[in-house]
Amino acid sequence: KTSFNCIFNVSFSLRFKPFRRRPLPAQRKYMRSPLTPEMATQEVQLNETLAHLKTESETLKSKLEEERAKLHDVELHQVAEKVEGLGQFVMKTRRTLKGHGNKVLCMDWCKDKRRIVSSSQDGKVIVWDAFTTNKEHAVTMPCTWVMACAYAPSGCAVACGGLDNKCSVYPLSLDKNENLAAKKKSVAMHTNYLSACSFTNSDMQILTSSGDGTCALWDVESGQLLQSFHGHAADVLCLDLAPSETGNTFVSGGCDKKANVWDMRSGQCIQSFETHESDINSVRYYPSGDAFASGSDDATCRLYDLRADREVAIYSKESIIFGVSSVDFSLSGRLLFGGYNDYTINVWDVLKGTRVSILFGHENRVSTLRVSPDGTAFCTGSWDHTLRIWA
Amino acid sequence: RKTGRVRDWGKQRKLEGIVVEMQDPQVGVKGSDQKLNVTTIPHVIAGQEIITWIANKMKTPLEEAHVFGTMLVAYGYIYPLQNHKKLVMSNDTSLYRFQTPYFWPAQKWVPEDSDYAIYLAKRNIRKKGMLEPYEQVHYNHLHEWLNHKWDFIVMQATEQYKAGKERKKADRVVFDCQERAYWIVNRPPRQTHSALDCGPERLIDPNKDEVTGQYNIFYQQAIMRSKVKSSVSLGALVKYITTYKNHDAFLAPCLPSNPWQTDNDSYWTLNMRRVDVPTKMRVERWSFSLFELLSDLRGRDDFKIFLKKEFSGENLAFWEAAEELKWGTASSMSTKAETIFKTFLAPGAPRWINIDGRTMGLTVKGLEHPHRYVLEAAQTHVFLLMKKDTFFRYLKSPVYKDIQKKARNPEPHNFSPNQLEQNSLNRGVGIHPIILWQQEEEEKAKAAAASAPVDVKAMMSKIDRKK
Repeated sequence: KTSFNCIFNVSFSLRFKPFRRRPLPAQRKYMRSPLTPEMATQEVQLNETLAHLKTESETLKSKLEEERAKLHDVELHQVAEKVEGLGQFVMKTRRTLKGHGNKVLCMDWCKDKRRIVSSSQDGKVIVWDAFTTNKEHAVTMPCTWVMACAYAPSGCAVACGGLDNKCSVYPLSLDKNENLAAKKKSVAMHTNYLSACSFTNSDMQILTSSGDGTCALWDVESGQLLQSFHGHAADVLCLDLAPSETGNTFVSGGCDKKANVWDMRSGQCIQSFETHESDINSVRYYPSGDAFASGSDDATCRLYDLRADREVAIYSKESIIFGVSSVDFSLSGRLLFGGYNDYTINVWDVLKGTRVSILFGHENRVSTLRVSPDGTAFCTGSWDHTLRIWA
Repeated sequence: RKTGRVRDWGKQRKLEGIVVEMQDPQVGVKGSDQKLNVTTIPHVIAGQEIITWIANKMKTPLEEAHVFGTMLVAYGYIYPLQNHKKLVMSNDTSLYRFQTPYFWPAQKWVPEDSDYAIYLAKRNIRKKGMLEPYEQVHYNHLHEWLNHKWDFIVMQATEQYKAGKERKKADRVVFDCQERAYWIVNRPPRQTHSALDCGPERLIDPNKDEVTGQYNIFYQQAIMRSKVKSSVSLGALVKYITTYKNHDAFLAPCLPSNPWQTDNDSYWTLNMRRVDVPTKMRVERWSFSLFELLSDLRGRDDFKIFLKKEFSGENLAFWEAAEELKWGTASSMSTKAETIFKTFLAPGAPRWINIDGRTMGLTVKGLEHPHRYVLEAAQTHVFLLMKKDTFFRYLKSPVYKDIQKKARNPEPHNFSPNQLEQNSLNRGVGIHPIILWQQEEEEKAKAAAASAPVDVKAMMSKIDRKK
């Protein structure tokens, strides 16, 4: 570094530092009062137990990998050799939705395949008819950074939340002048920010994930906590419900680099995958429910096979070095769309592992991406304040 | 306004490596001197030269290299000399300079508010009224909340200002550009998109110790759990894709046309919930699995017609009632459970379902203290029955063959550019989901009143609505 400092700042000598360098705050250390001999022994024992647990952890992890490898008789790309290649794609921005005054953080489709709800950093939640680009409803939340929003299956309500640590449900109205905030219902309460929310198969239950490291299932009518899901070591950033006939599982991804599959009935984690190298920003089930994809700050998307219990594909390129914020599958599962922090959208061939298209248009990071319910288009939301519909 | 710092340092190192290589006298981008008023700024490069260099180095098309170039500006490794507030790289003769490493985004230190205050104060000393409106707002705010340190801040600012005056003019101009670029990236004005603007803080592993024990139990269970051979599960993934290939609008044309592409919403109108005549594609999709058939309410209607003819509607009715219980409000649970017991499970019940003795026993016992998953076993049993037997008989039945024949295959649209223009001006508004939902509820109520035996699904949702 000094060498080209000389070249590029020849007669400029740093006789003083423009400002003081201050190191990052050190890891939080607990304040301790002087230890009694008993406490000291206890502490040593606790540390030993923890160390022992950690060693056991490593051993068990290796054993699990061994077991998984025993049944691994073929790679995805080998199976994909027999499958036809994909043709050229022409995907364009068909609609640009302008109206948010700040970063768009999240969006969700209505089951009618044309309406969407979106939320932004300035606390605004807007319901649009994306087909006509008309704004139909707008709500101002009492907090900024509304990181999660969801459309109810009936199309009659939306849920949202963020830095207020809550998830609230707003019933929608046909009367444009009605103040939606008046009928707002506070449903979920976490101890840190709300990162994602989703209705289950009806308007009566909501599944949430939070910066407090937990996910939770709530009864909308009463606000009662039905089930909580503990097991992530850090912020949970995303979740997705399984599209299966039983509909009893969901997957979550967090800052601990783990993607966990949960049983909604018991609250237990039934499967876990830890192959990403950084925070997992987005998880989405494969349409059959037998696999799921994840997108992470490590700039890769990955596919996990639930029946084989392993990671089966990594979607990455040398030239892609910025994080993935959001992923979703096309209707058949053949295409995986990823929204990236370098403002682009990459489209991957799920089977062959190649990138089939790259889309430009947004002027800041793509923060959210969802394919429409009938698969005719996908919508992206960006920190450039806009949403785009692509088809 | 607490925002998180950039955390992915592997990425920073990659970027730094590339930026260093770009400045290599042998293989890097060629710069030149540029005259700016009376001073000459050294080592200035044009955007298009940078982008071409990146495209060659990373072996990517120009568009992607352009994106990468923009990211280098957004992170503050390169700064623009013109339009300094727009942190993008332009693929033309716009001028850029490499930022001095001192000002690179670094993990070791953070630009604090007091540093920003010193910077703004220094510019204020240099020339009053030099601050932009957004900077003035920051300055006033910092002056207020850093008031206790203000003497120190002014002292530092004055010292820096004096030291700056002693530099040669060319160096001073360069340093001012660098410093200004640094603060645009770290305290971006409202319309500027900076890559260091990260969003709320995220925590890494604060609970790690607490969950380690939990994970060990999980690993032990996971080791024991049965797994499927890769060839089998991957084969299933491929099969799914092949089955749905023609139904994927990104892979096969949507008939009559994709509404988003032609601005004509016929596709949605033809596929509404309660059409008399569904489309051929929709009917085909019902045959893919029982789950598909039941998920499409129009398909479920057709299935019910078949079941009525077979006098075996109770299985589906039970399944629907169990769904209503599972996804209903917590408060409605006991009422629903009771109704279900009376209708389907009690000895001599009007719609008694034929499940094996063990499951029946467990279910009835569970109903004494109903919870939302109390019917899980029975529901699964009934679903499997329908899936393995009834569903296949339906697909071979006259009911299904009939609807297959009747189903329509819309002609693909072929709009002229003029027509497309017209379409975009006349986009249909469709029916609002709230109205559709109200209509659905009315239909359900009518069906409940008209049908005998009782339409349990309608009754269930009526109980929900009452609550």
